[in-house]
Amino acid sequence: MTAQLEYPDPQESDALLSIQGLWKVFGPKPARVPHHPELAALSREDLYRRTGCTAAVRDLSFDVAPGEVFVVMGLSGSGKSTLVRCLTRLVEPTAGRLIFEGEDLRAADERRLRTLRRSKFSMVFQHFGLLPHRKVIDNVSYGLEVRGEGKADRKRRAQEVIDLVGLRGNENLYPEQLSGGMQQRVGLARALANDPDVLLFDEPFSALDPLIRREMQTEVVRLHREVGKTMVFITHDLSEALKLGDRILLMRDGAAVQFGTGDELVGAPADDYVREFVRDVPRADVLTLRWIARRPRDGEPLDGPELGPDVLVREATRLVLESDRPVKVVSAGQLLGVIGDEEILAVVADS
Amino acid sequence: MASITGSVEIRVRRPRRGVLVGVLLIAWLAAWFVLRGIDTLSLGGQETTRLHRWLTEQADVLGRGNAFFDAIRIAVDQLVVLLQNVIAQPSYGRPVPVIGWLGVVAISAYLAWAFGNWKVAILTAAGLSFLGVQGLWQESMDTLALTLGAVLLALLVGIPLGIWAGLSNRAFKVATLVLDLMQTLPTFVYLAPLTLFFAIGPAAATIATLIYAAPPVVRLTAHALRSVPAESVEAARSLGSTRSQTLLKVLLPMSRSTVVVGINQTIMAALSMVTVAALIDAPGLGQTVLKALQTLDVGVAFNAGLAIVVLAIVLDRVTTAAGDRPWRTASIRRKVLLGLGGLGALVAVWFSRTYLWAAEFPSDVNLGPRIAVAATDVTAWVQDVFGGFTFGVRDAVTEGVLNPLQALLTESPWWLVSVVIVALAFLLGSWRGALPAAVCLGLLVGTGVWYDAMVTLASTVLATVVVVAVGLVLGVWAGRNRRVDSWIRPVLDAGQTMPPFVYLVPFLALFGTSRFTAIAAAVVFAVPVTTKIVADGIRAVPVATVEAANSVGSSSWQVISKVQLPVARRAITLAVNQGLIYVLSMVVVGGLVGAGALGYDVAAGFAQSELYGKGLAAGLAIVLLGVMLDRITQAAARRTPKFRRTVRGDDKW
Repeated sequence: MTAQLEYPDPQESDALLSIQGLWKVFGPKPARVPHHPELAALSREDLYRRTGCTAAVRDLSFDVAPGEVFVVMGLSGSGKSTLVRCLTRLVEPTAGRLIFEGEDLRAADERRLRTLRRSKFSMVFQHFGLLPHRKVIDNVSYGLEVRGEGKADRKRRAQEVIDLVGLRGNENLYPEQLSGGMQQRVGLARALANDPDVLLFDEPFSALDPLIRREMQTEVVRLHREVGKTMVFITHDLSEALKLGDRILLMRDGAAVQFGTGDELVGAPADDYVREFVRDVPRADVLTLRWIARRPRDGEPLDGPELGPDVLVREATRLVLESDRPVKVVSAGQLLGVIGDEEILAVVADS
Repeated sequence: MASITGSVEIRVRRPRRGVLVGVLLIAWLAAWFVLRGIDTLSLGGQETTRLHRWLTEQADVLGRGNAFFDAIRIAVDQLVVLLQNVIAQPSYGRPVPVIGWLGVVAISAYLAWAFGNWKVAILTAAGLSFLGVQGLWQESMDTLALTLGAVLLALLVGIPLGIWAGLSNRAFKVATLVLDLMQTLPTFVYLAPLTLFFAIGPAAATIATLIYAAPPVVRLTAHALRSVPAESVEAARSLGSTRSQTLLKVLLPMSRSTVVVGINQTIMAALSMVTVAALIDAPGLGQTVLKALQTLDVGVAFNAGLAIVVLAIVLDRVTTAAGDRPWRTASIRRKVLLGLGGLGALVAVWFSRTYLWAAEFPSDVNLGPRIAVAATDVTAWVQDVFGGFTFGVRDAVTEGVLNPLQALLTESPWWLVSVVIVALAFLLGSWRGALPAAVCLGLLVGTGVWYDAMVTLASTVLATVVVVAVGLVLGVWAGRNRRVDSWIRPVLDAGQTMPPFVYLVPFLALFGTSRFTAIAAAVVFAVPVTTKIVADGIRAVPVATVEAANSVGSSSWQVISKVQLPVARRAITLAVNQGLIYVLSMVVVGGLVGAGALGYDVAAGFAQSELYGKGLAAGLAIVLLGVMLDRITQAAARRTPKFRRTVRGDDKW
């Protein structure tokens, strides 16, 4: 494997949501932990033994760019669900800053927070969190109702999003009359009804069976394309993360382990934990040519076919194998490297 | 290794505790033989102690009036009188209530239909009309008015308290503590102290009922709110709901059916208490039963008891149906039908205010006396045919078991009994059992009714042994066999909705007035709850555990004795505990049919003003007995959590 190439980070400057040094500690007197260098450095077990506290989120910092799908991934107990709840203060953070469109969310009072939740953020839940005593349409329009919109407006808007998520014809059913996948569509519609800027997903598809899960993932990709919302997506499923995420944050025990694009995680795991995590991923589907290009050897013919650096290995396989010369990886007229049969086979055979 | 030392330990330890208990009992017997008759603290029926006289005086002082309690009493009285005027008593210058029987039946059936379904509506109409046919319309309506008044107040207080306990952890802890304690007190006990403050009459009865009936709705409302899925609440918050929006639009609607279960239990508890409150002059069916019991008129008692049962069934079925009703917006057709039905009910009310036949239940269809005569005849026939047998059983049990047990408890010096009970409590539940037992026994001596308390304790112990034996057998059977369970459970459920009063009637017919009658009634009263808890405990044993036992070739008996009973140990101790509490409350009510002792003392206190203080002390003694038995069984349950024994074995070996 070659050394990691420089990867552009275009969203650096104009973040929509900026998280800085975020902590969430559960237990007695939690506030002492983040500000105490010695306690803050303790491992999960030692911290619990010393203080009776558990740090569900420890010292996280990242920016979410407008229009991006930002995935937070980790196993259960890694703090990812707590993290997403901290973003709108459904769970009150212990320390750190939350900046949304330049506004400090942690300084917002209850009323301001409610206003933001009513118009800027929406959340989709793992077990749907629907209200069983309301019809589908009344579930979808709940957010509009609590912010005081008139009945006619509510109904019109709810019908729009119901159509958008493909629930037309089910408006007057009750949630229990729908399948799991359909119920989550209701959850999705409810989140969209407010027309928020940011959609937060808390493992939304892990309670669904695999076929429905794939269908819903495609649905999210479609919605993202159509409505172009910023999304923060929590999952424990690596293939889901790779499929949806522009950028992925991998968490363990409340802390960030690695942060980057999908091919970065697979191509350059930060440590053994990440390596173990991504081990079973079909690498050819994730890695791009930039990850396997090598410097041309002396005397190698450089007149083979050209490909861009962001082409997936899987897509280039056939061309490379059929060509009797190494394939050139070219970006903006500049030669980044070449790829021969052995590089391709090393990845494909591993998958 | 651990398992080997564990099993050795069990073999060594188990008998040792049993041997200690045996030695203790034998020592007691020997001591009784020598010391019997000394320091028994017996007190004649009309005798009182200084404490009793002091309490009587206090009652007189309080009886002269206190602005605070008088205000409450008058307010409650007015509510009850209002309800009685509407459905039960002649009122506002007319010889009939505001709404006559036809109107009451129509409105009740309409409500049953609107909140439940048409089946319970028919049941309601038929059941209420039957009360009239029994010739007990006015008494039934008095009972219903009192019950409704108490339930209304109980819900007014209970639902907000339940919501508070549902939202706040601290309130929940306090509420659980208080409600647990209240649950261990027999119905009877609530009456005495309240009469101190609110005088004898409907107000005190309603307040006692309110206090007795509120706990279930508080508990279940809190429980319902707490079991709303966290995600639904979070979803509401994440969309920017205010606290009150979350409560009104999410928490309360989603708690609805559990809260209705709480309301159902509150109504049943209220009905049961209202009948018992006849002892402090509450009007209604309880009054009729009580008078009939006092004059040993089984026929009339049966007729009125039957009316209570009918009322209980109607109230139970309607509220259960209301709870089962799925949450749906009414269709247009249903709305129209509801409107028409409401109109019909109003027409019936108009009829009942206009025509005498619709206002006063026609007396020419009064079957009450005939039912009473038939019941008396059946009783006479039963006593004729089976009298030899039933009275034989009664006398055999009384002579063979009850009398010796009672003699042992009552004729031993009080200090000997105290030492034995504390030692037993220590063996069963270490200091957690011994300490409360010692305190309760000390206070019991202080109440001055030690002797009567020991008589009551003897009956309670005997009845509890029978209840536990029967409850274990039935419970294990039902817990292991779904078919048996589905067949037995409705019977048990029905048994639990009946007020305790009603149980006395058939046993009075079978066994006449005696301590045994109260014991038999107590057994039948307490078996359902014990059986249900045992069955649930057995059912809760993981299937895999039972399958594992079967896979190594255990016989059914081995599975029961080595796997199911030990694993369900907590449930079984709870079953014993609840059985005890139920038995105690029934044995006390049994004071009315010849069981004497504490129950009689309490009843006599209400009837004769100079014995008032003694009655109050007897009520206190019942509480002390209840708390003591409860603490000992709870401590026994808490002792030796499953694996402690193995660990101790390791230390030793």
